[in-house]
Amino acid sequence: MDASTTPVLEVRNITKKFPGVIANQDVNIRLMPGEILALLGENGAGKSTLMNIVYGLYHPTSGEILVNGEPVVFHTPRDAIARGIGMVHQHFQLVPVMTVVENVMLGDESTKLGKLDRKLVAARITELSERYNLAVDPHAIIEDLPVGVRQRVEIIKALYRKADILILDEPTAVLTPQEIEGLFQVMELLRGQGKSIIFITHKLKEVLHIADRIVVLRGGKTVGEADPKTATQASLASMMVGREVILTVEKEAARPTEVVLELEGISARDDLGQPALRNVSLQVHAGEIVGVAGVQGNGQTELVEVITGLRHADSGHTRINGKEMTNTSPRHITVEGESCHVPEDRHAYGMVDSYSIAHNLVLNTYFQPPFARNATINEKAINEHAAKLVEKFDVRTPSVQTAGRSLSGGNQQKMVVAREFSRPIKLLIAAQPTRGIDVGSIEFIHNQIVAKRDEGIAVLVVSSELDEIMALSDRIVVMYKGEIIDIVPRAEATREGLGLLMAGIKA
Amino acid sequence: MSAAATVAMPKAKRRFRTGTIVLAVAGILFLTMVILVNTVDAFGDNTWLRVFFSVSALNFTLRASVPLILGALCGILCERTGIVNIGIEGMMLAGAFAAFVAKVSTNHWPLMGSLLFGVVIALAVGALMGLLHGVMSIRYKMDQIISGTVLIILAAGVTAYLFDRNAVAEGKFSAVAIPGLAQIPVVGEVIFQNPPITYAALILVVVVHYGLFYTRWGLRSRACGEHPRAADTVGINVNRYRYFNTMIGGSLAGLAGGFLVLEAVGQFQEGMTAGRGFIALAAMIFGNWMPFGAAGAAVLFGYTQALQNELLLAGVTAVPRQFVSMIPYIVTIVAVSGFVGRVRAPAAEGKVYETEGGSE
Repeated sequence: MDASTTPVLEVRNITKKFPGVIANQDVNIRLMPGEILALLGENGAGKSTLMNIVYGLYHPTSGEILVNGEPVVFHTPRDAIARGIGMVHQHFQLVPVMTVVENVMLGDESTKLGKLDRKLVAARITELSERYNLAVDPHAIIEDLPVGVRQRVEIIKALYRKADILILDEPTAVLTPQEIEGLFQVMELLRGQGKSIIFITHKLKEVLHIADRIVVLRGGKTVGEADPKTATQASLASMMVGREVILTVEKEAARPTEVVLELEGISARDDLGQPALRNVSLQVHAGEIVGVAGVQGNGQTELVEVITGLRHADSGHTRINGKEMTNTSPRHITVEGESCHVPEDRHAYGMVDSYSIAHNLVLNTYFQPPFARNATINEKAINEHAAKLVEKFDVRTPSVQTAGRSLSGGNQQKMVVAREFSRPIKLLIAAQPTRGIDVGSIEFIHNQIVAKRDEGIAVLVVSSELDEIMALSDRIVVMYKGEIIDIVPRAEATREGLGLLMAGIKA
Repeated sequence: MSAAATVAMPKAKRRFRTGTIVLAVAGILFLTMVILVNTVDAFGDNTWLRVFFSVSALNFTLRASVPLILGALCGILCERTGIVNIGIEGMMLAGAFAAFVAKVSTNHWPLMGSLLFGVVIALAVGALMGLLHGVMSIRYKMDQIISGTVLIILAAGVTAYLFDRNAVAEGKFSAVAIPGLAQIPVVGEVIFQNPPITYAALILVVVVHYGLFYTRWGLRSRACGEHPRAADTVGINVNRYRYFNTMIGGSLAGLAGGFLVLEAVGQFQEGMTAGRGFIALAAMIFGNWMPFGAAGAAVLFGYTQALQNELLLAGVTAVPRQFVSMIPYIVTIVAVSGFVGRVRAPAAEGKVYETEGGSE
């Protein structure tokens, strides 16, 4: 058999059913030796499920997998690893309290008379890291390492197991633009040494940049293949979504007026008591959108929590509309500050999964008339209110009595946005407003945010997606290690410039 | 890539250094006092010093510590793999009763054979209790706190129901002096003249520590307790490790019960574990889920029990006995509340691990 024409990995007619959902249906993919194949699709398109099947974590309902032309059945990841398949998971599968050595050898340990041979493994890690340009200290503890380095550990983990087929599941989601560039160099180096790579992403720009071939998944099915030389972002986007998508947010220049939110010298600590915000000062004016950019975990979460009253500030002042709001209660800030908050984790802070949509829609107003009648709840008013919002914000649901948890991510987020936007407000705080939702919903929410700005509301948007920050903001605040490293007007901002700032490098 | 690439701090290695120094200094001071009190008459004549530092206080400490050490090791084995075990008390009581039944039914055997049979049965019944805990919390996904509570109530009820007050176990383990080492003054008397299960407990501390941190089994077990999915993705059968370690842990708790019957008391009494399983749990937390730490905490708790006993023997009445009996519990509260901020439980403990479907 001719080696150059046999796919190293072939997936034939794979179908995977979960109770009530078909995650993959008749999916076909061929990975050729020494190529980078991009698997493109929206959240929930079935990319991760498919790769978990290839890696032996899930078992397909039907269909078959071939490695180097031979049919294989994977019962556990161990079987897939034995066939030379390695996977870098979207959420790193590293034990935070263990060292790099321990994590790399886990499941494939070298021992000498029953004792773990850490030295031997460390030497092999050093060898691999030199060969593939993946600098890492074998004896470092994972939780002390920055995200970019953790990802290198994951790649080394796969190479240590002699993987020839590497699956990278959304590897760029957690990286700065410079780190992404570094990752791409590593991928090219790996390809140069004969490894085949499946690169999973929903970011169009990256796909066009690095892939040799593109396969698009939508709703669990393969909808087509594209050549990065001829494809455009727009053509890929419409394949992904199944209709034409407007990728940019249409908006006019901002007309900022008076200061609505004012932060002065805010310092706060994180859940572990470590400093998370250091002397942060910021002003947001009515009629402008201020975007907060930064790699996750640089104080953005704590910043939003301090503003919304969820976290105690050790020093400094928060003022909303000139009123002192420092360390008051969230309800005080919501009601007296006339502000609203779209939280970053909708399941933990944005909604009650088991409540109906109607009840979820009054979580911030149930204590006021007309929803409250003395000590009782006015269900009729709540249901009428819900019916109106569900229609206005296009929340797709069979009924307003449906439990919040049974909505899709995009509809859940629209429900949260509907609730927060439906009160008269002067300040809007939106953290990761479009995390994990489909392109259609993203478009809708972005337009809503811009509409609020045009009504003269002050908007603060926190996002780890640089594209989102670039699309929405009038001014961009970059956070690094709990400090505002710089504030850049949108017109002067470039991806490269922001990327450097996000890595803590100020020109 | 360049900026982030260079950062890798060996921060973790410095985490407990101050604590270690304090402990070392306290240990040396204590040891000096022990040697002075037991060899120099001028010190030995002082009642208070005898209460705190005499050989008899230390012997009592060790005896009181053994079930706590074994119980804490049981907790460590379970929790390090991700199974919360508050049922140590029940495992211990079941082990004690099993040892008693085994001993009584083989009273006609040669003494040593009969006692060893008791040990084996205690280990086995402890392991069965561990298996039951595993089945409830892994197979049937019961909340592990509830499952642990079930073990405690089950053991208390069944042993009380089956216990025959007329049954008598004849004989118990006696001290075995280690030739040579036992002649070392003070230290030899305390450590090297003990009955077998006491030696076993001390050795097991080392064995469990070595096992957890220097073997394949230990690395995989800890991974299951910290990040089971990471273990799963490299082909480790998480639930198999959890079952296995819960059973091994259970057998150690069973041995602790065996100690009470076969080595300490010589008989069974209803509810004879008297909260030792819970103190062992506290020792495990106090010791930060580390075998040596937990053993140290167990000895500290044992020491407070010894003080109570020594004060009584020395006829000290200035301190009400009730206050002294409170000491172990107060130390437990202080230790657990004051130190819990610094210790860290295995990240995934108490969480059911499901292989297919669920989370992505």
